[in-house]
Amino acid sequence: MFPCMKLRVLEELLQDVTDFTKPKINLEQYVTPPHLASHMLYTIQTQYGDIKDKSIADLGSGCGALTIGAAVLEAAFVIGFEIDPDAIDIYLDNIGDEDMLNADVICCDVRSIPSRFDKFFDTVIMNPPFGTKHNQGIDMQFLTRAFELSRGAVYSLHKTSTRKHVLKTAKLQGVVGEVIAELRYDLPASYKFHKKSSVDINVDLFRFEMN
Amino acid sequence: MKLLTHNMLTSKCMKGVNIGYPLKIKAVDLKESEVDFNPDFISRIIPKLDWNVLVSAASSIGKNENLPEDLLPEYEKNTEFLKRVHHVLLEVDVVNGELICPESGRKFPINNGIPNMILNEDEV
Repeated sequence: MFPCMKLRVLEELLQDVTDFTKPKINLEQYVTPPHLASHMLYTIQTQYGDIKDKSIADLGSGCGALTIGAAVLEAAFVIGFEIDPDAIDIYLDNIGDEDMLNADVICCDVRSIPSRFDKFFDTVIMNPPFGTKHNQGIDMQFLTRAFELSRGAVYSLHKTSTRKHVLKTAKLQGVVGEVIAELRYDLPASYKFHKKSSVDINVDLFRFEMN
Repeated sequence: MKLLTHNMLTSKCMKGVNIGYPLKIKAVDLKESEVDFNPDFISRIIPKLDWNVLVSAASSIGKNENLPEDLLPEYEKNTEFLKRVHHVLLEVDVVNGELICPESGRKFPINNGIPNMILNEDEV
């Protein structure tokens, strides 16, 4: 076990992170709920020690749950990359006047992150778009870019139903991945096409080790 | 936006731009804050930086902290030096201003510390 603050404390801190007010379907904006974000980060730190004192990228950082969580867990430095300025505005509200936060967010397309950043980060964390709606394949584009950016490990959430596809995509690039946790995404009905009031989606937390 | 982030950013994605580095900084508002000093991290990050770009970027916004033109030998043992680099890299924030592409002159706004590098469709 690597040192880490208590899971309950982390989850409480992340409870205060506000979600998307008007999620954009074309960007597949689903929040990373505090429960999911805190479990993900807690597992990454306690089991692998991949957050504290590390340089971290959060791809598709949205409203900042993972960026803020990683900074709270004493990452050496975090950079969030997010394409949507409205999501970044919510992130800015979330951090408020918190000067101590050791993080930057860059407004850019994850697919055009400069190559100077290749192998710059010790750890990449992300809750990428699932690549389902109008966005087919975007999840694998995020994953591929993450492999280039990280020199240590990549942690990523994917629908359990796509597990084989994720592992195959990684293997094609010579990267070995494993599922280190199975989580449940209790997704509030954010969009009109969700008929139920909330939808449970099974998701895998993957860990990929870079060579 | 911290100078560590600036050191890594380019505008190479733009159509017609070859290197797009380093981006010029026009700083309107700066902020300085205190961040935990982690000497191991600073030592590890220095080799990944373009040192000359860091020194000139820091000078251009008046926050040079007497950084030497050439990187000191055995800097990882020099705590006083690492602290100065730490300050320049992580404790100085460009809150509002612009980044300017050295080739095309395209301006990328920085608002509330967030550089906006999004390009229009006709620029990629």
